[in-house]
Amino acid sequence: MDPSTWFYAISLIKILVVFGVLMTTLAYLQWVERKVIAHIQVRPGPYFVGPHGLLQPLADVIKLITKEDLLPPYVNKPLYLAAPFIAVSMALLSISVIPFGPEIDVFGYHTYMQLTDLNIGVLFVLAASSVGVYGVALAGWSSNNKYALLGALRSSAQMISYELPLSLTIAAPLLISNTLSLRKLVETQGGNPAHAGTLWNWNLFHGWQWIGFLVFLISAFAETNRIPFDLAEAENELVAGFHTEYSSMKFASFFMAEYANMITVSAMAVLLFLGGWVAPWPAEYGSGLVPVAVFALAGLIAVYHGLHPARRRDRFSLPAAGLVFLFIAAAFLAPFTQSWLLPLFWFCAKTGAILFAFIWVRGTLPRFRYDQLMGFAWKYLFPVAIVNLLATGLGVALFG
Amino acid sequence: MDVILFLIFATIAVVAAVNVVVQSHPISSAISLIGVMGSLAVLYLLLGAEFIAAAQVIVYAGAVMVLFLFVIMLLNAGTETRQSKSETAHLLGVPALLVFALLLAYFIRSQPDSGVHFGGFTGGSAQAVGRALFTTYLLPFEVTSVLILIAIVGAIVLARKEI
Repeated sequence: MDPSTWFYAISLIKILVVFGVLMTTLAYLQWVERKVIAHIQVRPGPYFVGPHGLLQPLADVIKLITKEDLLPPYVNKPLYLAAPFIAVSMALLSISVIPFGPEIDVFGYHTYMQLTDLNIGVLFVLAASSVGVYGVALAGWSSNNKYALLGALRSSAQMISYELPLSLTIAAPLLISNTLSLRKLVETQGGNPAHAGTLWNWNLFHGWQWIGFLVFLISAFAETNRIPFDLAEAENELVAGFHTEYSSMKFASFFMAEYANMITVSAMAVLLFLGGWVAPWPAEYGSGLVPVAVFALAGLIAVYHGLHPARRRDRFSLPAAGLVFLFIAAAFLAPFTQSWLLPLFWFCAKTGAILFAFIWVRGTLPRFRYDQLMGFAWKYLFPVAIVNLLATGLGVALFG
Repeated sequence: MDVILFLIFATIAVVAAVNVVVQSHPISSAISLIGVMGSLAVLYLLLGAEFIAAAQVIVYAGAVMVLFLFVIMLLNAGTETRQSKSETAHLLGVPALLVFALLLAYFIRSQPDSGVHFGGFTGGSAQAVGRALFTTYLLPFEVTSVLILIAIVGAIVLARKEI
């Protein structure tokens, strides 16, 4: 086969893999969220569909698909139908530039663990997210419902306001790394001759960038309409906010868009500040053994509890799960799979940590009042982000 | 391929631009305007100016038009009624259109015929745009920023209630 055919075939495979993994993650992120919040509130959470409610996302998907798809007679039809489509397609679009790992070698064919590397990758993500606001705004307006309209107005005002501190804090690590391409951004955080491959290279520890990181995270919470900034769907004031009139798969599209945005923004935080797929310390000092230890420990615990079962069915299910974990641990040791599993592990671990913080905050903090929300963005976050950008610019100009 | 894409998006841009004027509901007009901005961004991208294209989407389609939409929604503007009888429009419209067409034709003819090179424009990267803004066009750039500052201060003064 000639190179262009190879290119299309590999790209198609990559798209299918990324799409499949993303969709599964979206469904299970919601399960994780319900479980974590349940445990924060000392309840078991979803428990009945599958072991520990593990099949709950599947049940939810079936429920959402088979539900009646209502089309209220008083809506503005074309915009009402287009809004969920805009929201979900823009949310999924930004995943296409996120790099998950370095260049890898598959049967002699070199490819990147990324769908496409744009030289304006960061701006692409910003553009997709700013167009995604239309999904929310148009959904609220076209529903012809006062609660939906109020939710949409709140949401678009909030997203425009918080986009400013978000963009300004994104600009600071771009100045340090001197690139707009997401892959090069990670590569500049990976190797510095002074302390090669350690976490002191990450933009987070570059001067005072942790302040920028905090501002970025707070703005990201607001951009994705999450608690404590989910005024757009404050259920005790606005029923369900902008998606009050939506049902079935159209409602699910907004839901998917919210979770996809969460994943994108967490991945962006990892790429910009936390060194992307780079391990926290060099492989010579055993960073490659961390995933092995984690999975082997999980596997051994599962096997141990399978040998001393509390319930009868644990005798088979737990050793089986344990063996799967041990197999994954072995895969991290094999040189053939190690080269691409290790970066993927660190990327997923960092992104997962930030996603966990999203859920953690939801389980901990109450909702803001609307005037507090706007005042916070303009009076505190925005000045801090500007000072951070100016200081970073000065630092880069003086010290290179 | 480039020519086909150019024709598609140029057509979308023109049709959407006409639609902005034809539509009687302000929201429909605003959405058509978003279509114009989006297809202009694609045209920039075809020429090889990727930074300008991204800025076009972020600033115009993403921020300015959201604010337009926001204000239209907040005012709850309804469908405009069409008034066909307007003497001034009839008297001024046709000559103004003719003058505009003549000016356009003159400018197109006075340009040297260089031909279109898709992707041939090299000054479209972030570095090139930044360098141009801060060296060659520094004065216009700063004057524009002061103008915008004046507009912001004016808006605040006008909108401010009695303290």
